[in-house]
Amino acid sequence: MSETPAIELRGISKSFGPVHANRDIDLVVKKGSIHGIIGENGAGKSTLMSILYGFYHADDGDILVNGEKVTIADSKAAIGMGIGMVHQHFMLVDNFTVLENVVLGAEDSAMLAGGLDRARIELKRLEEEYELRVDPDALIQDLPVGLQQRVEILKALYRSAEVLILDEPTGVLTPPEADHLFKILEVLKNEGKTILLITHKLREIMAATDSVSVMRRGEMVATRETRNTSMEELAELMVGRSVLLRVDKKPAVPAEPVMQVENLSVTDQRGVQVVKDVSFSVRAGEIVGIAGVSGNGQSELLETLSGIRRATGGTLRINGQTIDLGTSTLDAADMRAKSMGHVPEDRHRMGLINSFSEYENSILGYHRDPAYSSGLLMNISAIKENAVAEIEKYDIRPPNPMLKTASFSGGNQQKIVLAREIERDPDVLLVGQPTRGVDIGAIEFIHSRLVELRDAGKGILLVSVELDEIRALADRILVMFDGRIVGERGANADEGELGLLMAGVEDNAKMSVEGDAR
Amino acid sequence: MFETLILILDSTVRLSTPLLLACLAGLYSERSGVVDIGLEGKMLGAAFGAGAVAYITANAWLGLLAGIGVSVALGLLHGFASISNRGNQIVSGVAINFLAAGLTALLGQTWFRQGGRTPALPEGGRFRDIVWPYAEQLRDVPVIGPLYSELLSGHNILVYAGFIAVPLTWWVLFRTRFGLRLRAVGENPAAVDTAGISVAWLRYRAVIACGILCGFAGAYLSIAQGAGFGVNMTAGKGFIALAALIFAKWRPASAMFACLLFGFLDAVAIRMQGQEVPGIGEIPVQFFQALPYILTVILLAGFIGKAVPPKAAGIPYLKERS
Ligand SMILES: Nc1ncnc2c1ncn2[C@@H]1O[C@H](COP(=O)(O)OP(=O)(O)OP(=O)(O)O)[C@@H](O)[C@H]1O
Ligand SMILES: [Mg+2]
Repeated sequence: MSETPAIELRGISKSFGPVHANRDIDLVVKKGSIHGIIGENGAGKSTLMSILYGFYHADDGDILVNGEKVTIADSKAAIGMGIGMVHQHFMLVDNFTVLENVVLGAEDSAMLAGGLDRARIELKRLEEEYELRVDPDALIQDLPVGLQQRVEILKALYRSAEVLILDEPTGVLTPPEADHLFKILEVLKNEGKTILLITHKLREIMAATDSVSVMRRGEMVATRETRNTSMEELAELMVGRSVLLRVDKKPAVPAEPVMQVENLSVTDQRGVQVVKDVSFSVRAGEIVGIAGVSGNGQSELLETLSGIRRATGGTLRINGQTIDLGTSTLDAADMRAKSMGHVPEDRHRMGLINSFSEYENSILGYHRDPAYSSGLLMNISAIKENAVAEIEKYDIRPPNPMLKTASFSGGNQQKIVLAREIERDPDVLLVGQPTRGVDIGAIEFIHSRLVELRDAGKGILLVSVELDEIRALADRILVMFDGRIVGERGANADEGELGLLMAGVEDNAKMSVEGDAR
Repeated sequence: MFETLILILDSTVRLSTPLLLACLAGLYSERSGVVDIGLEGKMLGAAFGAGAVAYITANAWLGLLAGIGVSVALGLLHGFASISNRGNQIVSGVAINFLAAGLTALLGQTWFRQGGRTPALPEGGRFRDIVWPYAEQLRDVPVIGPLYSELLSGHNILVYAGFIAVPLTWWVLFRTRFGLRLRAVGENPAAVDTAGISVAWLRYRAVIACGILCGFAGAYLSIAQGAGFGVNMTAGKGFIALAALIFAKWRPASAMFACLLFGFLDAVAIRMQGQEVPGIGEIPVQFFQALPYILTVILLAGFIGKAVPPKAAGIPYLKERS
């Protein structure tokens, strides 16, 4: 350890009002290494990195860059020291082009033209060097998230970052996109750049990093050389107890079908058919997983079944009732009334109203239930009682039903939605991406709740882009590609085989590295 | 008939100028994410400042400068409340409107004792119409003559400033670094912040630009179009400018057309006053006065598509919740 570290943090503390996001944190990051940071939701990872990037100011502590003590007053200072950051929630201007986003803040002069031209040339070079292909004239709002992230990386490289911070970069990526990202990180590392990588996926830590630091409740609890540690140890350090990385479940004992879908077709707002003649059934007491790279019709399938989106044709049989989906006008409330719960994929857009308090969100969609409402007035005390019970049972932190849901971390927001849907005891539960952006402690909990629900004789339809999650939970796996179900496999299907099905190939062809179809 | 049309168009230009200046002022502010319903108040303050100083100094340019000074000061107040202290921008804007309405009348009465008005301007205190070369000689050439000598020639310098400000604003917005950052900060201030640019300073500069243009608009009313300040002489023009801004979807060229349209309605209204329309009778002035608002609502409701404001408009930039 004679070499001066690229980054050293000493005794960093940061509070947001009463919340201690960071407490006396020390961190040493070796130059030319990939350093992972893991920790539960709300452990303070993003806060710590944002302090290093000058976005927040530490209440206390020192930052050393290349062995020299520095003050980072704002992001401009951080950029000047060669620090770049790809934020968890992208910092892009949606109605700007890629090029404009890249030059923003790094324009050469008061006139734009010169800077834009130089950026165009430089982007071309970066594109070739790192295989970071993206159309410089495309508007951000038209790009899929995977490409938006590419723009963020390009922004950092354009500012010649020597230290690159990536805050949960793979949360929004498909597996091939993630593989591509790790290849790029490897190239950057070989060029001598230093990379700080935040992720919830221990597999990525083991595969990509040189060393890893673990945070828990605002504190730095351990740092390990990656080759000297294991997923089990890291999980335990993170959560403070041993964690089951594998779902513990008995074989399913499925009974009668509770939900049957026949010949379902859905056309989206652009007029493109996104679900094509899909038929399947879910039996009581089993979890049916739908695997697939995102954007192959799974989202639309879930939305249609839950009554949010209209189908062009098909029937749904649930609890013995037959519904013609092509003509039905049943909405989400009607479907809920038919004992169909729904955990939407995008909890921010569809699952929660972020400016409402936790207790209000805890009955969203069930607010007409006579237990909570007399028709005119809400029964607030009953709602709160229910919320408190759910908070306790699902270990939602902080345990305060009055708090706005915006103030909960991602994992805890997800638990709020799950608690609401599962506790209504639905006969069929539709679940989309139940653990996206959620830490492993919470994943373990969520998985065990789903298995419990299954064992109570309910049918669960699980949509996830995480193949690991599907393989761990599902009793039967359906693979969706281009709006069709292209295959069905059993619980212990081969990963490679599933991967090929997901890529739309039946046999030996290889999965393309470029996840996006550009 | 042609002559009437030229006359109406000529007054359209005169009537749209203050709207246009105020509308562009609002454009700078709102593009940066600071909603400004205080345009009216700033314009009024500027009209008073310009009227008072132009009367005392008998110099229109000093009057204009004073108008700008007052308007920028009010703008900074708005900035202090909504940028530095992250207050509610609507509340702050309303407060500025009240402040300007009350203060101008009060100071006017205390200083000049003419019921709040400023005395008639002396020679040199007012911007004069500029007659273009050969305007007189060309007057009688058919079509081109009246167009040149009535419509183009014969306005005061602030009218020309208003129309030059349109391409200038477009250029600033879309061709300069400042413009890029200004548009960015109105859409996503966090992106600007993480790009190493100060959100507050950028928004202050936008608010100052807004103040300067409002200063022009106010001065136009009291020392160019009018010959002195009159109590509440803006009479809602700031709000019409705001409607034009929405109507124009926050774009400079569209803003000009929107203001010309509203100015045109105004010109027609004046023209129609006391005149019988065959089969309908006399149309009340109020109808024409309400027309800009009605038009904005109707057109926005379906004809020109959705007017999407800058995404961060009206939202104080707050990165630490506690
Ligand atoms: N801008 C903010 N204002 C107030 N509180 C904040 C802010 N940002 C984070 N917090 C709080 O600080 C704590 C740490 O949050 P942080 O985002 O750093 O966690 P994290 O480890 O990145 O979690 P995740 O894995 O969910 O991204 C949380 O309790 C969070 O609610
Ligand atoms: Mg985070």
